[in-house]
Amino acid sequence: MSRTIRVLVGKPGLDGHDRGAKVIARAYRDAGMEVIYSGLHRTPEELARMAVEEDVDVVALSILSGAHATLLPKVVDCLKKEKGSDQLDVLILAGGIIPAEDVAFLKEHGIDEVFGPGTSTEEIVQYTRTHLKREIA
Amino acid sequence: MDVEEILEGIEAKKRTYLARAISLVEDGSPLGREVVARAFKSKKNAKVLGITGAPGVGKSTLVDGLIGKLRERGGSVGVIAVDPSSPFTGGAILGDRVRMRSRTLDEGVFFRSLATRGHLGGLSRHTAEVIVLMDAFGFDYIVVETVGVGQSEVDVMKYAHSVVVVLAPGLGDDIQAIKAGILEIGDVLCVNKADLPGAERTRKELEMMLGLKEFEGWKPPVVETIASSGEGLDRLLESVLQHQDYLVASGLLEKKVRESHHAVLVEYVKRETLDKIMEKAESDGTLDRILRDLVEGAGDPESGARALVEKYFGTTI
Repeated sequence: MSRTIRVLVGKPGLDGHDRGAKVIARAYRDAGMEVIYSGLHRTPEELARMAVEEDVDVVALSILSGAHATLLPKVVDCLKKEKGSDQLDVLILAGGIIPAEDVAFLKEHGIDEVFGPGTSTEEIVQYTRTHLKREIA
Repeated sequence: MDVEEILEGIEAKKRTYLARAISLVEDGSPLGREVVARAFKSKKNAKVLGITGAPGVGKSTLVDGLIGKLRERGGSVGVIAVDPSSPFTGGAILGDRVRMRSRTLDEGVFFRSLATRGHLGGLSRHTAEVIVLMDAFGFDYIVVETVGVGQSEVDVMKYAHSVVVVLAPGLGDDIQAIKAGILEIGDVLCVNKADLPGAERTRKELEMMLGLKEFEGWKPPVVETIASSGEGLDRLLESVLQHQDYLVASGLLEKKVRESHHAVLVEYVKRETLDKIMEKAESDGTLDRILRDLVEGAGDPESGARALVEKYFGTTI
């Protein structure tokens, strides 16, 4: 029996646009996953705490404010602190308006993959399924 | 992770361990069951409060406010918030965190969202076990928020010591108020969104309903709140705590605890019998054969069920 995959869809920082986050949440739901939606305007500390308490396999961060280079690595750092480990068992994804030249920087700082505008939800769900860091069987 | 490590983690109040233990239980793993069985013995008897009501009446906002009030009094709080799973994909959107704004980083609060995973009754299948784990962790209060319920999802009364039924103005007339079901399980009735038109009428209808019945010992109070502004929350909490005192003083608490153990025991017996019979019958083809007979009119459900029980128990009990 395989267990249910749990995903935190998070909105870090001062960014009021959550249409994308809702579309992703819905896509994960339709793929049979349990999605915890953080709501708007969350700090990295709050998102890390949620990821721990909800024991999620995936943290999917949606950001359109331009503050990704500051906020997203902070989420990773906070999560390491909360979990008390540098080896995270959580897949961390980012989506939204993130310029291509920033992707390498984010990946160096613990973001596993970045999805830009136009990515199909199928692709994101498929990527998520095949890159989980914890056993699901 | 093994049982010892998880139990030690919970004992040491490490939230990562509590979180993982809840997942194990939710996924029905043998390790999770073992953890719950052991954690049961280190329960510290938290006060369990249930919050229920129709979708959109403001349960989550109310819970957020109540957590704040409980924290002001120095109590630590574990929160279980249940939302529905899709009957088609099994997926779920758990949105109760959206309203839970004020205490995310509070060390004295632990919040967990659960999906119903096909369980009817307003809670998730393993809510009772999650309560045991949170109790072993040492929270003073455990708040259980049900899915948005209709009229008959009353599981929360099995596990919560005090149940708050939340209503909002404009959701029905005085006939709704005298129907059986959800309203009957409220130890405290809360009219939320009391700043909306019709709140006064809703309160009066509830009081009229309560007036039709003789109460011994505890008559559910009707409390008006505006959860979004915090108005009335002190009175609501006061009513809930009075009910808790009443339970202790009257000896009803013991009865409630016994009843909730009874409910859990029944679930476990079902799991150990019914679920196993159905699993076996499915895997060895017996179920398929019986169902074929039923479809073709060669059998009837009564005989089919007896045949199943006899086959796997060797006797009809």
